[in-house]
Amino acid sequence: MTGRATPPAGPLLSVRDLQVTFPARRGRPPVRAVDGVSFDIAAGETLGLVGESGSGKTTTGRAILQLQPASGGSVRLLGRELGGLGAREMRAMRRHMQFVLQNPYSSLHPRMTVARILAEPLAVHRTVARQDVPARIAELLRLVGLDPAMAARYPHEFSGGQRQRIVIARALAVDPGFVVCDEPVSALDVRTQAQIVDLLRGLQERLGLSCLFIAHDLAVVRSVAHRVAVMYAGRIVEIGDAARVYASPVHPYTRNLLDSVPVPDPARQRARLAAPFVEPDFRGREGVAGPCPFGEDHAATGTPEMHEVAPGHLVSCRFWPPGEHPPRSLPACR
Amino acid sequence: MTAAPGGKLLSVRGLTAAFGRAGGGTPVVRGISFDVAPGEAIGFVGESGCGKSVTARAIMRLAPEGSSLVLGGSILHGGQDLLRLDEAAMRAIRGRRIAMVFQDPMSSLNPVMTVGAQIDDMLRRHAGLGARAARRRTIELLGLVGIRDPSTRADDHPHQFSGGMRQRVMIAMAVSCQPDLLIADEPTTALDVTVQAQILRLLARLRRELGMALMLITHDFGVIAGMVERVHVMHAGEIVEHGDVDAIFATPSHPCTRALLAAVPRLDGAGRVA
Repeated sequence: MTGRATPPAGPLLSVRDLQVTFPARRGRPPVRAVDGVSFDIAAGETLGLVGESGSGKTTTGRAILQLQPASGGSVRLLGRELGGLGAREMRAMRRHMQFVLQNPYSSLHPRMTVARILAEPLAVHRTVARQDVPARIAELLRLVGLDPAMAARYPHEFSGGQRQRIVIARALAVDPGFVVCDEPVSALDVRTQAQIVDLLRGLQERLGLSCLFIAHDLAVVRSVAHRVAVMYAGRIVEIGDAARVYASPVHPYTRNLLDSVPVPDPARQRARLAAPFVEPDFRGREGVAGPCPFGEDHAATGTPEMHEVAPGHLVSCRFWPPGEHPPRSLPACR
Repeated sequence: MTAAPGGKLLSVRGLTAAFGRAGGGTPVVRGISFDVAPGEAIGFVGESGCGKSVTARAIMRLAPEGSSLVLGGSILHGGQDLLRLDEAAMRAIRGRRIAMVFQDPMSSLNPVMTVGAQIDDMLRRHAGLGARAARRRTIELLGLVGIRDPSTRADDHPHQFSGGMRQRVMIAMAVSCQPDLLIADEPTTALDVTVQAQILRLLARLRRELGMALMLITHDFGVIAGMVERVHVMHAGEIVEHGDVDAIFATPSHPCTRALLAAVPRLDGAGRVA
């Protein structure tokens, strides 16, 4: 079977109240790495997931791909619930969801040629007939901008950027509808990053891929994602249309992240570095009774913590530093 | 102490570096010249493999692990050519007059020693302090680089610190002997964007407070922007463009400079052509 399954009506991927808890260790309490994450990804859409290290981005990606057992919540891909599937059914679903890892130096087998690396997923999922495998490998290499003649080479013969192209080709080999890209460019230098980002953008358009794009670099996410979700301490604190979130961030944590990105403008950057700076405290408001920063008493009303500030733009009322409130007049939605 | 010619702190002339045997190695730095004035901040920008890190290591006379680096040209510092000093004389410069911060703080720290003991050790060796004076200075230094509760944290091991805190510890060690020049080689590349902003702020503040010169090496023009007065752009072992930071951003002339500037990811969604 080639070609991808037609997605049913509704989102391609639907994540609801996903929870991942790592058990207690050496007297330390259990860690809630992912604490009630919900979002949808439509066919052909890229959702950027940003946040600092330790915020639960990678664990979210791994739990969606069922590489990390979730302790609660649901993940539906192509309308099917992935939690609790048997090994055989799970393997069949894996053909529709693939993973692009961060470090192209450690995610390619050093003793396998590129041809063997790319043939492996084809053999596992039997998506092409055996005699068509070499043609498919050549097609994949061309797709990611590499010369098909390179198929006989080993990973060490390639630069970091070329290796990441091979990792991408391997993920695309079985023609998945959904890909999780976990920091796909952060191990590369700026110019190579730009080339890989351009490649990913082109592939999105040509193949109609859906993608969860995990990165700590907001500017990189800006250039590939349609929507963006900001994670802090295992929760999504803000989610919405990328252009909108970047232009008018509402949550203080999102604003802090955006303000930290260096701007390639010496005068502005000098002023920012010289300005007095106090690290904001985002830990506040955990289970505090009374009105939230949006003026709602959730304990009394039982409403969810996400506030829709504009259509599709949701902001959590958790993790607001004491005394901070949303801007009185939120910019109008376009 | 006599300064290098023209009141320069460091004067590099025709520096070459090659890996391998003398005469027959692979050249990575091909005859570059530049100066650093006292208290000045200069930047080196380039793609990976352009020779910027090797230039930094050449000044410290540190060869990357498992390689032999053959150096040529001259590096004048305090009236002497660093390339002609013997290892004992070089040790007196390294850490004391010129110090370095690397990209990966975890691999630069000893995992089985507390961070306090590592800084104490450095102070006793390089500054000749006694045990008690060294500990006092260590706690002072940890406070200087913004580590909260420094007297308790000094007794923690490197794994008990986050990446950003480890980099602060490395910076504390680097400035412990009040060097004239701090070389920072990709000091924020392994860090989150919020932590990167904190470390850049810290480096800018320490430079002001301690009056030391800074040589910042990075592949990211965004990082360079607010930190230095002059920029050198390197490509294939040569300096292809150098000048005032504002001028280079406003009117980059070399194609390599323009390509590097265009590759800086921007939040406004503009740019990004490879």
